[in-house]
Amino acid sequence: MTSALLEANNLVRIYQIRRGLFGKPTPVRAVNGVSIKLMPGETLGIVGESGSGKSTLGRMLLGIDPAQSGEVKFEGKPMAPPGTAEWRALRARMQFVYQDPLAALDRRLTIATQIGEPLNIHKLIPKEHRAARVEELMSAVGLRRDQAGRFPHELSGGQRQRAVIARALASRPRLLVCDEPVSALDVSIQAQVVNMLRDLQEQNRIAMIFISHDLKVVRNIADRVAVMYLGQIVEEASSDVIFHSPRHPYTEALVSSVPVPGKILEGRRILQGEPPNPAKRPSGCAFHPRCPLASDICRTSAPDLRSIGNGRTAACHLVPGETAPVAA
Amino acid sequence: MIRFVLTRLLRAVMTIFAVVTFAFVVLRMSGDPAQVMLGPDVPQDAVDAFRKAWGLDQPLWVQYLAYIKSIFSGDFGVSMRDKVSALQLVLERIPATLQLTLPALLLKLLIGIPAGVYAALHRQSFADRGVILLAIFGFTIPSFVMGLLLVLIFSVILGVLPSGGQDTWMHSILPTITMSIGGIGILARFSRSAMIEVMGQPYIRTASAKGLKWSDVVWGHALPNAAVPIVTIVGFMVGSLIAGAVVVESIFSWPGIGRLLVVSVTNRDLAVVQCILLMIAATMVISNLVVDLLYGWLDPRLRAQTAH
Amino acid sequence: MIPNLVELRSLRVAFDGVQVLHGIDLDVGRGESVGLVGESGCGKSVTWLAALGLLPGKASVTGSVRIEGREICGGSRHVLEEVRGGRIAMIFQDPSSSLNPVIRIGRQITEALAIHRRLHGEAAKTEALRLMDMVGIPDARRRFDLYPHEFSGGQCQRLMIAMALAGQPDLLIADEPTTALDATIQAQILDLLVQLRAETGMAMVFISHDLGAVSQVCERVCAMYAGRIVEQGRMEQLFAEPRHPYTRGLFDAIPRIDGPRQRLIPITGTVPNPKNLPAGCAFSPRCGRAVEACRSDLPNLEPIHDGRRLACHRPVPVVSAPPVRTRTLEAV
Repeated sequence: MTSALLEANNLVRIYQIRRGLFGKPTPVRAVNGVSIKLMPGETLGIVGESGSGKSTLGRMLLGIDPAQSGEVKFEGKPMAPPGTAEWRALRARMQFVYQDPLAALDRRLTIATQIGEPLNIHKLIPKEHRAARVEELMSAVGLRRDQAGRFPHELSGGQRQRAVIARALASRPRLLVCDEPVSALDVSIQAQVVNMLRDLQEQNRIAMIFISHDLKVVRNIADRVAVMYLGQIVEEASSDVIFHSPRHPYTEALVSSVPVPGKILEGRRILQGEPPNPAKRPSGCAFHPRCPLASDICRTSAPDLRSIGNGRTAACHLVPGETAPVAA
Repeated sequence: MIRFVLTRLLRAVMTIFAVVTFAFVVLRMSGDPAQVMLGPDVPQDAVDAFRKAWGLDQPLWVQYLAYIKSIFSGDFGVSMRDKVSALQLVLERIPATLQLTLPALLLKLLIGIPAGVYAALHRQSFADRGVILLAIFGFTIPSFVMGLLLVLIFSVILGVLPSGGQDTWMHSILPTITMSIGGIGILARFSRSAMIEVMGQPYIRTASAKGLKWSDVVWGHALPNAAVPIVTIVGFMVGSLIAGAVVVESIFSWPGIGRLLVVSVTNRDLAVVQCILLMIAATMVISNLVVDLLYGWLDPRLRAQTAH
Repeated sequence: MIPNLVELRSLRVAFDGVQVLHGIDLDVGRGESVGLVGESGCGKSVTWLAALGLLPGKASVTGSVRIEGREICGGSRHVLEEVRGGRIAMIFQDPSSSLNPVIRIGRQITEALAIHRRLHGEAAKTEALRLMDMVGIPDARRRFDLYPHEFSGGQCQRLMIAMALAGQPDLLIADEPTTALDATIQAQILDLLVQLRAETGMAMVFISHDLGAVSQVCERVCAMYAGRIVEQGRMEQLFAEPRHPYTRGLFDAIPRIDGPRQRLIPITGTVPNPKNLPAGCAFSPRCGRAVEACRSDLPNLEPIHDGRRLACHRPVPVVSAPPVRTRTLEAV
């Protein structure tokens, strides 16, 4: 059995949020005990609504956002503390792709310069080979050679995101964490970038964490999907299974809320209420105020994430478990 | 709310304290009042007597403690030159200064803000370009140049307005204009850019889309949002009501605080200079405090700001 | 013959001399719901902002916009102000920034009631509360005096809808009303729009890049590309069998939530720059079906036999079976 590339155990991130100029700071658990395991070359999709903690989790996996407790292991070893030289060296092997490519790129530098930047920072290859490598990267993400000298504002949104991805690939990472990488793109361009990501990932065996609110895109790109609600994973399964037969009522509602072209609204399960404020976490199961199936136990006791068979896990009192909880 | 005001007040007191301390030290290091007051040819024992009388023979820190103590008991010292209470001297001059600065402030508000708003609503028009040009002209020309220019035109060449003194209301026209032009320019620029930003916001489109009259969109929906940056500048102007007239009062020989400050510095009249600086620091700090409170009133989002 | 509620004829818009809308002809009947789909920059929002005179001053708008036969394009400020909110109301993509941050919610709604229905004071407040209740704002009375930032994004969109309903409009233009919202909230808002239309009988134009959302609320759909309508037809018709290669491409590009996982089929290339439109059909450089004629002659939007309108020299052929995707990913 191969060992996991990335393993996170019981990650917790607490922000101090002050309500109003005069209020006392209250702790908000953005990520509340999340464990994740990612095999080499695998893609894990993380879906959830705003406030689910999915973006915070993504940053924590790379050490950009510090964890209050829990640990992240990369290639079997605990990750070096952020800011240290070891951590920076490690960062060459784990890259981050943000939603907004324009913000991620320096508007005063040409894209070729920026794509080559990681090569310079990490001194990965001899100087004389850098130009060739940049060219190779550009063609891998589908940028034309004549676009090398362009500045970010001279490119379209899709081309910019390609440049960002090329830069992320420059250091030949083993892990790519993508936070809503295609959400700002038009449908036709989105499909181009999604296909490109899939190809690159398969060719180079890069593992990927793909964070998105768009279930359709996640289903298409991820092998496994974790659904987050209010800082916790509520269900995890392979991407074919989870969207086809969701078990957690929240996953079910999410899947049902995706509008399908040509289908009429009727018969869909529309979830009532808003995602709750992370600062005012409901008692028991955090989802119970919106859950159509909630019973007494849901209001008082929080369900553990446990195995429900066939490699799936779910955190719901109403879904029969297989064995003891998986997340200790 | 109370905690907020208290912390701000504490900070304000500390700022004033720092200014006072700085002024105290610098003034004492920059020249000997005895020499200046008594003149160069006075015998040494007269100088020593003067120093002893004013406590200048004591070590600096003893003088400083005595000074701080007296401030807390409301005693701002006595003018070395006029032998009267420094505070009284200063207070006597305040009305004269306000006679210039208040009308000037009013002019800045009444001309600067509408000009800026008008320019923002008619971007790229002739009027907009005119406003920008005049604004740059207004705040790049130093007030002493502006003052002398106005004197040259209206007093020397045209002979319609007096060039100095405080005898009639006519005398206040040139200094008031001199003082307000820079501020008009600054306010016009800031109001213009604040309005341009706000007019591009989605909620302005919403206001138009619901059928509001154009004037209601501008005055009811846009201006309240543009107010925060404008208030910042206005607060600064209010803060300099007392200190802002130094140059202009000197040019037009206007007997206000500014003139008093210049004369007192020249004479090393320590108590008076310190008293004026304290007063200036206090107005600055208070107007800052008021601006901070106004922010919350103007923008409800700042009342509920989430801090990390 | 009774005129349509709204008729747009040869509506053209140029920004600083660059033409972005190339003559839009579109009718909206009473109570009808029309979808406008297309990617960013295709002119779907600009069409209606132009019709209501809401574009910035540098935009030049020509053509005709008639409401029940009455021309409003180029009309006086007064005419437009009466139409806006009163006959045609509009809601926008980003609800949180579309509400004025420094004005209490209650006042933002009563303001519209005062203009269009001459309601003031208690009467206006009562009606505003009724509207807030109608769009599903819980505890409206207590929240009447709150500011927009004290509401969530979904609730802000509900408030925008309440404000739009205040003038009892005949037509609601919903410009990407769900794009900025979370999935479960999107579904709520779509549901609300469908329900309100059924209750009030108002017509609706639903502008969206999300074909899924459009199909939930619209009876008729127009696909737009580079400032022109390229295909127009009944929703079922257009969705079952898109004929324009661009419409077809849009459908193919959407990842699916059900069925086997397949490789996505993107449209190659990017949307052309309006400053530099290709000759002939603007879609021809990205079109797999384009022939010589497509690159030189601009196809007109013309009715075809099944009732839809199409602007294409080489439409996608009709097949009886639903479109089959050929390239699949690995077995799932």
